[in-house]
Amino acid sequence: MLELRSITAGYTRNAPVVRDVSLTVAAGESVGLLGPSGCGKSTLARVAALLHRPDSGTLLLDGEPVRHWRHRAPRALRTAFGVVFQQARLSADPRLPLTDLIAEPLRATGRGREADDRTAELAPIVGLTPDLLTRRPHEVSDGQLQRACLARALVLRPRLLVCDEMTAMLDASTAAALVAAVESYRASTGAALLAVGHDRTLLERWCDRTVHWDVLA
Amino acid sequence: MSAGTRSTTPVLSVRGLSVRFLMPGGRRVAAVTDARFDVAPGECLTLIGESGCGKSVLASALLGLLPGNARTAGSALLGDLDLLTAGERTLARTVRGRLIGLVPQSPAAHLTPVRTVRSQLEETVAALTATRGRAALRAAAEAAAERTAFPADHLDRHPHQLSGGLAQRAATALALVGDAPLLLADEPTTGLDRDLVDRTVDELRRHVDDPGDHGGGRALLMITHDLAAAERIADRVAVMYAGRIVELADAKAFFGAPGPRHPYSRALLQALPDRAFTPVPGMPPELGDLPAGCAFAARCDRATGTCAAPPPAGQVACHHPHVPEDVRA
Repeated sequence: MLELRSITAGYTRNAPVVRDVSLTVAAGESVGLLGPSGCGKSTLARVAALLHRPDSGTLLLDGEPVRHWRHRAPRALRTAFGVVFQQARLSADPRLPLTDLIAEPLRATGRGREADDRTAELAPIVGLTPDLLTRRPHEVSDGQLQRACLARALVLRPRLLVCDEMTAMLDASTAAALVAAVESYRASTGAALLAVGHDRTLLERWCDRTVHWDVLA
Repeated sequence: MSAGTRSTTPVLSVRGLSVRFLMPGGRRVAAVTDARFDVAPGECLTLIGESGCGKSVLASALLGLLPGNARTAGSALLGDLDLLTAGERTLARTVRGRLIGLVPQSPAAHLTPVRTVRSQLEETVAALTATRGRAALRAAAEAAAERTAFPADHLDRHPHQLSGGLAQRAATALALVGDAPLLLADEPTTGLDRDLVDRTVDELRRHVDDPGDHGGGRALLMITHDLAAAERIADRVAVMYAGRIVELADAKAFFGAPGPRHPYSRALLQALPDRAFTPVPGMPPELGDLPAGCAFAARCDRATGTCAAPPPAGQVACHHPHVPEDVRA
């Protein structure tokens, strides 16, 4: 469903971080992207989630080339993706209680009326108890905040989930719980997954197929 | 393996250490309860547990870095000095850097961003040792860098010009300058990739085994939630849950056969991706609202009515610990 063809991307001119990389994720497939820190795998994940415009190359979603990135991408494309980042603290608005944090994408797409039902549905899946939902980010642990960030990524029922080092800062038990939540969502919806990480054991256990960065670049 | 289990006088001896935070409205948060352990020279004790279990509060208590609303009880003897009752003046002048070297969680944030590694090493050498004079300081700083294999041609770089691994080595070099008998490493591997984790813990292990000037080697207390790193470096393991050390065990027996004895430790190991990869069911309890009995009972498959009473003190704080017979069955 997602095809990246000879993507070159970076942040400064003439110094690309990602050079001529191709990667395909089939519908319903889970792909692990394995690489050491600083290799450019997060940049590729951002391109795949339409969050970073590549310098060259093509991105095909369901066979259609994507022409616009970030806020210029059409809503139907943007909402096809759910993204979970490594650092929950940096990707959560500190002013919002977890329940509003989770419902934010619904409100942003004019579907605020679904917020209560959808939050109530997702909280048990990611393992958040009702007393946690009313707290703000500074009142919860990193693990609890990452659970909320995963719920936020799932709230619009994305067809592709991109998890960039989702569990790198977390303890083993929270990591296993979050992976189980992703897998239960995928089992019920058939969504595809691109999991980026540096932990070979984790990715090989989690994904249908794991590709090493060295093979791509 | 090292001679970690030899019986010498411990470097650090913690007895009945408790930390309570007094919150507005008279609420009390029991961050650490009745911790008891020793760390010997040449030995590495790792303190493991889920995030939020009180591990880092324990480390802060040992360094006298708790916030003002914290109240401590018990003792933490470093030689003859009780770290919990020592005044700020003693802690600042004789403990931090000199008796306890801190290997920080995030080296990039621990280093001063506006100065080179060389200048930070020279400053630390001047503050902690009797070395005086520009040439002598320069030589001592270079020797300190060499101890952690920090490349000499990177000494004039600023922290942002270093990779994560080199920043970690620079921070470790600073921790070793005072030649402290106890090293305290608080999550030294968070966010590093696997190769770098392995290299970092191997280097820490080397500093533990290095006999040094005292001849006995250093003691290392490493706090981590990375179980793979703990397995690689530890002589002994302390498992912390909801502020209590629930199990204290030999690392080989803990990670290998017969395995952990406390149900929580077993569940924690089973969460690893190369084991069952199943999370510990439920969520850890609130430290401000702990049950009177065993704090793990609500999540435990062995819990019975007896678990409403506080668990027994000892190596395994559990009413129904796994015994080796269970493991064979």
